[in-house]
Amino acid sequence: MTGGDTSGKVYRIHWLPGTDRLHGTCHCGAEHTAQDPVEMWDWMLSHPEGHQ
Amino acid sequence: MTSTSTPFARNQWYVAAYAHEIGRELLGRTILGEPVVLYRTEDDHTPVALADRCVHRRFPLSESRLDGDRIVCGYHGFTYDTTGTCVSVPGQKRVPRTARVASYPLVEQDALIWIWIGDPALADPQTIPRARHLADPAWTTVTGMEPIDGDYGLLVDNLMDLSHETYLHGGCIGTPEVAETPITTEVDEDAGIVRVSRHMDDAACPPFYARSTGIDGRITRWQDIEYFAPCLYLLHSRIAPVGVLPEADGTDPNAFHTEITYAITPSSEGKVYDFWAVSRDFATDDAEVTAFLRDFNHEVVMQDVNALNLLQRTLDTEPDGYQELSINIDTGALAARRILARLAEEGAKPVEAVR
Ligand code: FES
Ligand SMILES: [Fe+2]
Ligand SMILES: [Zn+2]
Repeated sequence: MTGGDTSGKVYRIHWLPGTDRLHGTCHCGAEHTAQDPVEMWDWMLSHPEGHQ
Repeated sequence: MTSTSTPFARNQWYVAAYAHEIGRELLGRTILGEPVVLYRTEDDHTPVALADRCVHRRFPLSESRLDGDRIVCGYHGFTYDTTGTCVSVPGQKRVPRTARVASYPLVEQDALIWIWIGDPALADPQTIPRARHLADPAWTTVTGMEPIDGDYGLLVDNLMDLSHETYLHGGCIGTPEVAETPITTEVDEDAGIVRVSRHMDDAACPPFYARSTGIDGRITRWQDIEYFAPCLYLLHSRIAPVGVLPEADGTDPNAFHTEITYAITPSSEGKVYDFWAVSRDFATDDAEVTAFLRDFNHEVVMQDVNALNLLQRTLDTEPDGYQELSINIDTGALAARRILARLAEEGAKPVEAVR
């Protein structure tokens, strides 16, 4: 990534085109795999619920 | 308007114009639904932005004339100073106390004129995102602006997902490797920044780059998007021969850099100004490359403009509450939409609640 200013609360999602899976990492370190970005963002934003 | 229209985010800075567009001619623009007239003062060339409606009978001041630094309304002659205060009216000495138009905070920075839409007391120039390459003599820049008859959210969607290159801009900027490279999406929640990155280690060199950089053979091609919601979008593009990486100290003398800048400025509802610029740090004196980049990028932008105009016309005929279906390529766009929704909500709250 390009770095720059980050305030610390960064959500990150990796995706390899050609594959179906998204890999998400919350700013708390919790990880999640999903097949669909809507579901992924729902999981991310429900932090801290279900993130441990 | 259909239910799709993206709410405006007030209490934010927006690009009103390129610095070179503002001068001694009055320029009218509508930003977040607010008609604004822009000009520069005679002596120190300070940019000025006032509400573009005369208090008398609402005549547009942008269709009026300047007398020194004052605007004289083109209908009956109400005259306004640079603060928007009416300083004379025709035929009488007394100027009504309430005769003033709003004036807007402006900042001229990076060859752009930034305007604050919202409560002027909250305008902090330190929060304006930077696009230093636009005014840096080490870079050569071509620019343009296209108005789009579409919701500004459609333009944000368009820019956050580069996979449309293959279809909408087929043959222009898409290459097959684009489809096989991991994409990382990052959201910096508090800063309101979405980053989408794609680093191709071994890609074909598009003919344009081969010609303008002199690289023959395969390339390393990096594309890093930074979207500073709501207005500024930067696409940092880096091209180098395969295996050539930045130096340990962070400098990158053996690569060719292109900065693609967009400013996304909502106009009236369902309309957006699409400011675009392409800056490069190579072949900076080559007029042929400059002309090529200007024409080429204009063509690419127009493909997007035409598609978004069509999309908006189509959405306008849809019943409310129609469905969309998002897939993995939409990860970045969904993140951007969510941040815009939050900014719009914050901008709509009373000031006390924001702080
Ligand atoms: S409308 Fe401007 S002076 Fe009458
Ligand atoms: Fe495009
Ligand atoms: Zn979490």
